[in-house]
Amino acid sequence: MSAAVTALRSAQPETAMDMPAGRAAGADAPVVLEADRVEKTYPNGTHALNDTSVQIRRGEFVSLLGPSGCGKSTLLKMFAGLEVPSSGRIVLHDGHDAAGRASGHRSMAMVFQEATLMPWARVDDNVRLPLDLAGMRRSDSEPRIADALEMVGLSQFKQSYPRELSGGMQMRVSIARALAVQPSILLMDEPFGALDEFTRNKLDSDLHQLWEQRGFTVVFVTHSIYEAVFLSSRVVVMAARPGRVIADVSIDAPPQRDEAYRVSQPFIDNCRVLSQHLTRANRGER
Amino acid sequence: MSASTAALPQPAGSAGIAANAGLVRVGAPALLGVVLLAIWQLICTTFAVPEYLVPSPLRIAQTLAEDWVLLSSALMTTLKVTFLAFALAMVLGVAAAFLFVQSRIVEISLFPYAVILQVTPIVAIAPLIIIWVKDPLPAMVICATIVALFPIISNTILGLRSVNPGLMNLFRLNRATRWQTLARLRVPSALPYFFGGLRISSGLALIGAVVAEFVAGTGGTASGLAYQILQSGFQLNIPRLFAALFLITLTGIVLFTAMASLSKWALRWHESEMN
Repeated sequence: MSAAVTALRSAQPETAMDMPAGRAAGADAPVVLEADRVEKTYPNGTHALNDTSVQIRRGEFVSLLGPSGCGKSTLLKMFAGLEVPSSGRIVLHDGHDAAGRASGHRSMAMVFQEATLMPWARVDDNVRLPLDLAGMRRSDSEPRIADALEMVGLSQFKQSYPRELSGGMQMRVSIARALAVQPSILLMDEPFGALDEFTRNKLDSDLHQLWEQRGFTVVFVTHSIYEAVFLSSRVVVMAARPGRVIADVSIDAPPQRDEAYRVSQPFIDNCRVLSQHLTRANRGER
Repeated sequence: MSASTAALPQPAGSAGIAANAGLVRVGAPALLGVVLLAIWQLICTTFAVPEYLVPSPLRIAQTLAEDWVLLSSALMTTLKVTFLAFALAMVLGVAAAFLFVQSRIVEISLFPYAVILQVTPIVAIAPLIIIWVKDPLPAMVICATIVALFPIISNTILGLRSVNPGLMNLFRLNRATRWQTLARLRVPSALPYFFGGLRISSGLALIGAVVAEFVAGTGGTASGLAYQILQSGFQLNIPRLFAALFLITLTGIVLFTAMASLSKWALRWHESEMN
C-alpha cells in the first residue's frame, strides 16, 4: 500500500541525516497540497488570481516568485485556509502524515511577513502558543519548545521578551513557533523581506539546512529571484494583472547550498532563467 | 542636574547611574518643594500676612495636627467614596466594554448613552441624584462613578479592538476558539489601553467624589473633605481649608502614583514602560 511507503519515507529524513529529504523528493513523491483551477476575485473587483493550478509534492521546497500583485501571498493564504477561493479548490492530501504522530499534531504551520509575536509573552511562551491552543499538556510541549528553540539557535533567550530581541532574532522565534508544531508543511510568506541582506542570507542558509535535516515540505513566497534560487527545489513563477502562473522551473543545483553556491555558475544560470521568464511576462503585458 | 552628568563618565556601572537617576527624580522635585515652602513661610512671617488670607505652611501643619480627628474622618469619607466609585467604574466599565465588543448592535444602541452620561456635567445632575438616593454615601458614589466610568469603557473597547491582524491570523490558523482568542489575545492586547483608562479614571473618581460632596454639603449633609472646605470657607477658618485641600491633593498624588506603578508592573513587556 502507498500509505506504508509514505510512512517509511517520512521516517527517513529524521533518522538518517546523510539522506537529505531534498534529494528524496522528486516527480514521484506524492502530492500533499494542491491548488486546482483556483480563482480569486475580491468584492471590489480586483482579480487577484486567474485560473491557477499548482501542485506541491512531499519534501519539496517550492518558491512562489513574482512581483507585487501577482497573487502569490493570496495563493499561500488559501493554502493556509485563511482565504477562500472564489472558484476552484484547495486540496490537502492528509494521507501524508501517516507516520503516527501525537493527536495534537497539526500538519501545517505558517510564518508571516512579520514576526507576529505576542509582546506580552516571553519567547518560550510565544513558541508554545500553537501547542497550547491545541490543548497539549505542558509536560509534552516543553521538550518540543526546547527543541525548536535549539534549532533556531535561541535557547538562551527563552526568557526574553520580544522587544528585547533584534528583528532577525524575532523572526527566528517566529520560525521556532512554526517548527514546534512539527509541521509536515511549512508555509512562509516573505518571512525575511523586512530584514537586512546579511541577516536574510544567514536565515536563508539556516532555513535550507533545517529543511534538509527535517524533511518537511516548504511553500515559500518571495519577490527575490536570488532567494528563490538559493532556497528552492522548484520555483513557480507568477505574473500580475491578473495573477497567474507563467512558469514552473526545477532548480537543479548541488544540495550543498552555501556562500560558494551564491556565486557559482548554476546559481547564476538559474537566476537568468527565472529573470527571463519574468521579463517576458512583463513585456507580454504591454 | 550637574550631579547626574558628573556621574555618567564614571565606570561605576549602569546600576550606579540608574540609582542616581532615581535619586534625582525624587530628590529634585522634593528639594524644590522645600525651597518653595520656605519662601512661602518667609513671606508670611516677614509681611505678617493675616492667616484668614494666606496661612503660613507651619500654621497649616499645626492645624492639620490640631484638627486631625475632624479632618481624618472627613478624609476617610472621601477615600471611601473615591475607592468605591473607582472600583464600581472599573467593574461596570470593563463589563460594558466586553458587552459592546461582543455585538455591533449592542454597541450602536448603547454607546450614544454612554456619551450622554460623559458629556452631561456632573454638577448639573448631582443634586438630582442626591435627592433621589436617600443615603448620602451611595448617592455620592453614584456621582463619582458616573464621572469615572467613561474613560474605562472607551479605552477598553479601543484596546479589545486593537488586535494585531497578523496575530489574529495566527490564532485563526491554529483554530483557536472564541474564548481562547478573547482570553489569550484580545485581553492582553487591551491591557495598555485599559491601564491608560485606569490612570485617568482614578483621578476622575476623586474629582467626582469631591464634586458630589460639595453638592451634598451645600444641601447641609455633613460629609468628606469637600464639606470641610465648604464649612471652613463659611467660618473663615482658612488654615483648616488649606489643610483639607492639602489632604485632597495628597490623595490624588497617591492614587496617581499607585496607578502608575501598577501599570508599570503589569505592562513590563510593553514599549511604553521600557526605560
